[in-house]
This record gives sequence, C-alpha cells and structure tokens, in this order.
Amino acid sequence: MGYTPQSGTGLLGSSPLRKEGRDKVLGASRYIDDQSLPGMWHGATVRSAIARGRIRSISYDPAVDWAQYAIVTAADIPGENTIVHLTRDHPCLARATVNHPEEPIVLLAHPDKTALLAGVRGVRIDYDPLPGVFTIEESEAAVAANDTERIIWEGSDAGGTANCFKQYCMYSGDAAETEAGLEAAFDTADFIVEGEYATGAQEQLYIENNGVIAECFRKPSGGIESVCVRGSMQCPFYLVHALTLVFDLPEDKCRVIQVETGGAFGGKEDFPSVIGSHAALLAMKCGHPVKMTYDRAEDMAATTKRHPSRTRHRTAVSKEGRLLGGTVDFAIDGGAYATLSPVVLSRGTIHAPGPYKWPHLRVRAKAMATNLPPHGAFRGFGAPQSLFGLERHMDKIARTIGLSPEELRRRNFLGTGDCTATGQPLNEPVDMQHLLTRALHEAGYHEKLARFTVENKTSSIKRGVGFASFMHGTGFTGSGERRLNSLVHLDLLPEGRPQILVSSTEFGQGTNTILCQVAAQTLQLPYDEITIARPDTSVVPNSGPTVASRTAMIVGKLIERASQQMLATLRAHAALPEAHTADDFHAAGLRYLAKHGTLRESVRYEPPTKIYWDDDLYRGDAYPGYAWAVYVAEVAVDMNTYMATCTRFDALQEVGKVMHPVLAKGQIEGGVAQGIGYALYEKCMWKEGRMMNNQMTNYIMPTSADLPPIHVHFEEVPSIHGPGGAKGIGELPMDGPAPAILNAIENATGVAFNTIPLLPEDIFERFTSLGHPHGGSEDLDVTVDRDTRTEAVEVTA
Amino acid sequence: MSLVQLTVNGTRQQVDVPPMKRLLDVLREDLALTGSKEGCGEGECGACAVLLDGVLVNSCLVPALQVNGSRLCTIEGVSTEGRLHPIQQCFLECGGAQCGICTPGMILATQHLLDKYPHPTMEQIQEGLAGNLCRCTGYMRIFEAVQEAAKVA
Ligand code: FES
Ligand code: FES
Repeated sequence: MGYTPQSGTGLLGSSPLRKEGRDKVLGASRYIDDQSLPGMWHGATVRSAIARGRIRSISYDPAVDWAQYAIVTAADIPGENTIVHLTRDHPCLARATVNHPEEPIVLLAHPDKTALLAGVRGVRIDYDPLPGVFTIEESEAAVAANDTERIIWEGSDAGGTANCFKQYCMYSGDAAETEAGLEAAFDTADFIVEGEYATGAQEQLYIENNGVIAECFRKPSGGIESVCVRGSMQCPFYLVHALTLVFDLPEDKCRVIQVETGGAFGGKEDFPSVIGSHAALLAMKCGHPVKMTYDRAEDMAATTKRHPSRTRHRTAVSKEGRLLGGTVDFAIDGGAYATLSPVVLSRGTIHAPGPYKWPHLRVRAKAMATNLPPHGAFRGFGAPQSLFGLERHMDKIARTIGLSPEELRRRNFLGTGDCTATGQPLNEPVDMQHLLTRALHEAGYHEKLARFTVENKTSSIKRGVGFASFMHGTGFTGSGERRLNSLVHLDLLPEGRPQILVSSTEFGQGTNTILCQVAAQTLQLPYDEITIARPDTSVVPNSGPTVASRTAMIVGKLIERASQQMLATLRAHAALPEAHTADDFHAAGLRYLAKHGTLRESVRYEPPTKIYWDDDLYRGDAYPGYAWAVYVAEVAVDMNTYMATCTRFDALQEVGKVMHPVLAKGQIEGGVAQGIGYALYEKCMWKEGRMMNNQMTNYIMPTSADLPPIHVHFEEVPSIHGPGGAKGIGELPMDGPAPAILNAIENATGVAFNTIPLLPEDIFERFTSLGHPHGGSEDLDVTVDRDTRTEAVEVTA
Repeated sequence: MSLVQLTVNGTRQQVDVPPMKRLLDVLREDLALTGSKEGCGEGECGACAVLLDGVLVNSCLVPALQVNGSRLCTIEGVSTEGRLHPIQQCFLECGGAQCGICTPGMILATQHLLDKYPHPTMEQIQEGLAGNLCRCTGYMRIFEAVQEAAKVA
C-alpha cells in the first residue's frame, strides 16, 4: 500500500487516490438528498394499487386541504405523455389504463415533506380490473391461445408483436445452411443433451435511493422557458431526451446535472427519466423547485430490476466431447413496457454461445410482456442470464457424456483466430486454455475436488468446487458505438491546467479517476494536475451513456486522443518542449491562452474501419473487444439447515491493461459479491405483479459476514482498442459467480439445481421431493435431472 | 415540540423539535450535518450510523428525545481541521469507498470496532461491520482498510 504521486508513463497501472475520494471519506460529498434549493417543495407519487385495469375515476378526499398541494395528472403534460427509451409505449403518467402495480398516476407536491403522506392517502382511484399475466409462461400462453383478454401489450411504434417486445433469431452462419447443419448434427450426434435454466429478478439495491431536484423556468409571457433537473443518475443525456418530449422543448432548454451518485449498477440508467420528468412536471405546476426522493420501500417496489429469464438448451455432442450443434431458446420477462428490454435481450443473445466454438448454432430470443413493473438495466444486461444457462448446461453435458467439466470446455474453447458465433474473427489473442489452467490452480481446484469427495462421505456438510468460463463484450453492441457518435472535450483552464469534459458519470466505479489517469499519462503530467468537470449537459458534450463497460475503453480512448492533440497543439503553437515538466506545460499553456484566449480539444468517436455489424442478420463484429474470464467457487452445503454458502471465490480475468489495480480489484470484488447474492440470497417475492418483500429486512443482500474471501487475479493482454491497452471490466464480474456456485453445489451434493436464486427453502424442498430429507450425495440419483424436467438422451452409444 | 440538548462532535447544541423526530433528521435538517445518510430508514443498512455516547447506533431508529444530554460523534467529527483520521486515510488508499454512500457509517463502525478490538481478527471485522451494508465493494477493500488502520492507530 502507500501512494506515491506519479506522472506520465507508468501512471496507467498504478493506483492513484480516487479523485473524489477525500470528500467521500470525510462525509462531505453532496448527494442529491444533501442538497436543497431556496423555496423548494417536496414531491410524491400516487401509484396504481392493481396490476392491470381501466382507471374509472380519480377523486380527492375533501378532508384534505388541496389548495396547499400542487397536483399533476397526465392531462397536465405539456408535451407527449411518454418516457421514451426505444419506443413510446411507456407513459409518463397513466391516463386511462394501468399495466402494472405501482404505476404512477398522480403526482403531488407540498412545501412540507411531512404533509405528503396525507395527500397520497387522500387521492382515491377506482379501477375496473382486467386480468393480468405475471410470468413468461402466462404471457406465452395468452399468445398461443390467442386469449385477447390477456394480450397486455399490442406492439409499438418501434415494432414488437402481441405480448412480445422483441425477438431475435441469431445463426452461426447462413440461416438455411445452419438449419441444415443442425439437422445433420442432431441426426448423427452421439448424445443430445437438453436442459432448462431459470434466473430470478434482482434488485440493484444501490444504497442511495433514486432522487432528483427539478426546476422549471417561465418566459415573461408565462410559457415554459426551460427545465433543469439535477440528481442521482448514470446517463444525463437520456434524461435530456426524455424531458424534450414530455415538455416539448428543444434539447438546449432541458438541462440535466448529475450530482454525486450513491451507486447505480444500471438501476439509474433509464429510471431517472421517470422520476426526473415527474419532478419537473411538479416544478412546472407549483412554480417552485421540487425535490423527489423515494424511500427504500418505494424504490424497491416501483423501480426497475434485473430481467427474470428462462434458457432452454438442446445440444448435439460427440462422444469425444465436441459440440456439434446447438439450439438455444432464451426468454426474458420485460415487465409491462418495453423500456430497455430489446437491448438487454440483445446482449443476452450475443453472450448465449459463451466462449465456445459452435459449428452450428441457433439462438432464438424473445422479451415477453408481463404486468410487472418494467425490468431494466442491471450490470451485465442480459449476459448473466444466458451465461448462467450455458455454464450450467456445460456441466450437464460433461456429466452426461462422462467427461470432466474441465475437459469438456477445453475441447471446445474459442482461441485466437477463431470466429465467434456471430462470425466475428478473434484477431486479438485469446487463451482460455491458459486462463482455465491458472484459475483452477489458483483456487486449488483439483486438490479440493479429490479431498471433498472423500470428506463428504462422512460429513453432513457437503463441500464442492465448480467453475464457469465466460466472456463479456465491451461497449455498445454492433453498430451502437457508431450511432452514439460520442464526443469529448479537453479544455485548458485559465491557470494552464487541463480539464476533462464528458457526460460519463462517476457512481463508484472510478470514472473520474481512470479518465484523469489516461489524460495525465498521455499529457505526461502528474495525476493531480488533471480535473474533470461535473456532468452538466449545459457544459459537457455527449460522450454517451455510462453503461455497457464502455467508459474505460471507448471514452478513455477519446480522452487519450484529445490529450495527444493538446500536446501537439502546444508543441506546434506554444513551444512546448518534447520532454516537458509540469511547469513547462503550464508556461506553454499560458502562452497559448494569452495568444488565443482558449484551448479546447474536441475528439469524436471514429469507428474502427474493420468493425462491421449487420443488424438484420445479427451477424458480424458484435463488440470491439471482449474480456475473458474463469471464475471458481467453493461451497459448503449444510444438510441439516439446507444452507448453501460460498466459502471461497477465485476470479481470474483477462481485461487488457489493468488501469488502476485497486479500483479494478474493487470492481471485480463488488461484482462477485452481487453475483453471490444473485445465486444464493436475493429473491424477489411477487404477488400479482407486486414485489412483496420490498424492504432491506426481507430482501437479503450479502453482508460482510456472509461473503467468503474473494481472490482476484488478472492476466494482462493489452487491447488495441482501449487507452493504454485497457478493456472494460464493469459488468464482467456479474456473469460468472452464479453458474460457478451452482456447479459447485452440484459437485457437493450430486444434485443439479438449475434455478436461481437458490435459498435454503429451495434446497430443502428439492431434497424432500427426492425422498432423501437427510440424503448424502452417495445415495442421490444423479442421472435424472428433475429440476429441468428433461432428461439427457443417449442417441447412439 | 421538545427542547433537546446534546453535544455533537464536541460542540454543545440545542434543538427544538418534535420529540419523536428521528435523530437522523435532526442531524441532517436541524444541524445541517448531512454526512449521515439514509439508506433504508429501518435499521438495516447502517448508512445513518453514529456514535451515541460511544455506542454505534442507527440514527434512523433513535427518537430525538432519547439523545437529550448525550454526546454524539458523526462523520463530520472524525477528521480534525480537515486532516483525515487514519481510518479515513486507509479507506481512501485501500479503495474502501466506491460510491461513498455507505462510507460515513462504515467509518464510524470501524472506529467503534477498533475501540473495542485494537487488533481485530478477520471474524471480528466481518461481524463488527455486518450491520453496515455496502453494495459496491464486496467489502474486501473495506476489510483491508480496517486492517491497515489497525496497524497505523
Ligand atoms: S437508514 Fe438507518 S439503518 Fe438504514
Ligand atoms: S461504496 Fe457504495 S455502497 Fe459502499
């Protein structure tokens, strides 16, 4: 430990102090709820009590003095009643119908926060209820039966069909050839292995709830001049876009400022568009700034979660353990409106093949509508779901054909020069064989495998080891980065110091720190010389949303180029010497500013010429780069309490150049902890579309006492696409823990569990249904996989 | 309304508040000490933790009336004249604060832990911080920060 300020070369790869870290440890950082504006009122939301129905009437209790409140309904919206993401199906406020519990219908503001509860209780809404659908299966059944009563979503301006927001069909080659290849593979395979795998919803559970403060400014004529929203969020320009529609204002009249944000994990990607629009409407109505902050119960019940999913695999395998062909049917539950579901589905689809070679593969994917609050972005964005299915299925294949999970994977790994299932050649080095060898070694896998097999025979605590191998794409999918067309600025401040201007936000991952490192290294300046501006859309350019593991690699690269430009400018026009000190730099900067007034370097994203993606065929270069990983879990299952615990975790990944080892470790550990929660602790309980356990008391995330030691290991293979060779790491750690843990539990108990979250009651139920309430692994029937209800078939032996 | 007198971070304070007002709100609203955070409002997350007469409490569960005559330490009282306390320095250097929202409570919990066990074992650290949830770090950097702070203190 210990920090020596560094400059220039060597800064990337060292661990300077987090830029905003000092304020954070002092408790001096100002999050949205720590701020207020003069004359500020407080806002609250009146929400739907039912899952689906027509709103018959809205009435106001005469016992409440409504003159003191500002009231906003759909009728007050000056622009379009929509929260726009990809489609316009999602209303800002429900008008005639509601489609999920907790759907916002009426907004209230009052100068005194404590008066809001009485107001919310005083609004009475009567409904004519309609039947709802609450699972993927119910939604599919309604379509299959053409049950118009239960068609809850009809399609939208941007496509979709009854109850289905989006479908993809991805082939590993030409569609007809792949279908023919699949048929031949299934005809001739030694084994056909089928399995079904399911994952539950997961709450992001950032410790700071959603919150904003909005202002609305009027013209002298009384019309709306502009709106301004500051708050906790990831993507300020998403909210700008939402406001332009709700208020029918041009972009430059919708100002958004991100303030210190207490965790996000995707949960503050799209949702701030909702709460931000609501607060701005209240500000418009009451003529005061309005603060809206949710309490925990409201945040958990009403805001987005990770999409529940179901993955079905059917795989043709040779007796040598080669994957000959496979079909994957992947479905996610999108909730009541499309929001980001098509994009989440896309990432899940592209990651479904994993790091393996598939001679013939078809992935069919769909996002179904249900009457749950819309599911949204959460770290990993579809990939943890489809990779869970795949990595459990790989263990099942191994068991069926009699190979070890390790050997099966080794015989099918992608390597340098191979093509991914979308047809993308892997031109940068990939060495999964080595990653697997090293990960198993670091974890002591083989030694434990042998030891636990012996020890488990005589112990009521069954121990096991398991692993998952996977990858995660960096940046937007396919042509996404081209469309984003990100822009960054690097300014020279009047005192001759550089300042970064981007819309990329800090919410704990280290954006501020790593971007400053990139600039400092490239400009050959000490880290402390660089500052980064607060993301305020009236000041910073649109460098794209802070999502998809894209900031380090994509935005970092733009900062690197802007820094190079600044050096070139100062060398050409202000006599900056080739090898310079910080003082030389200041002097040159001041000379330049004296002559020209200002210096701003602007750099726009330039798509790599060799990257090609076909959105219709879903083929091509899905991502500019991938991070590769093997995660190993060790578990203990107590056969008396049915509690499964992860007792050690090893996470090995190849993420290009590690820019900041301390932050990188922290990202991986934090993601692994969320993954352990996803697998073993965090269960959303639903009743008619409503989350019933929307409190920290009954939705359990891992505490410091629950987590095992997490060992993080890196392999560094620099990528040409990122600054100094870096790739993205933000989402990767979410993908591996759940399948690794469930693989380890199967190793420990001999029973295959294929649904997460897996809580003691689920383990109990399974063992009791197997007729072995105190069963040990030796007398459990391992060949019949009851969880998936499908059995492996041996075609020819 | 009740008159409540208390010493906060060494300074005598007096507030006139509803007797059942949460200590957390007294701190944040009446005394403008916004370092204590609200994560849950139900005693689960520890973001609002403060030291009340040397005892770690969740200030969202403590009514104002109960602190009359007490001594209180909040995150604002941990540093001296802008100089970081060793615990704060170790959190900063080890990466113990990511988004920072749990950090004030976590640092006070650490202070309490190190008062009790100047050289805590890993189990004591894990148990001592179990009332403070952190969603960002996975706790490993925090454990390291606590161990480093124990060495320095
Ligand atoms: S806010 Fe007090 S414990 Fe969570
Ligand atoms: S640092 Fe974000 S919750 Fe702990």
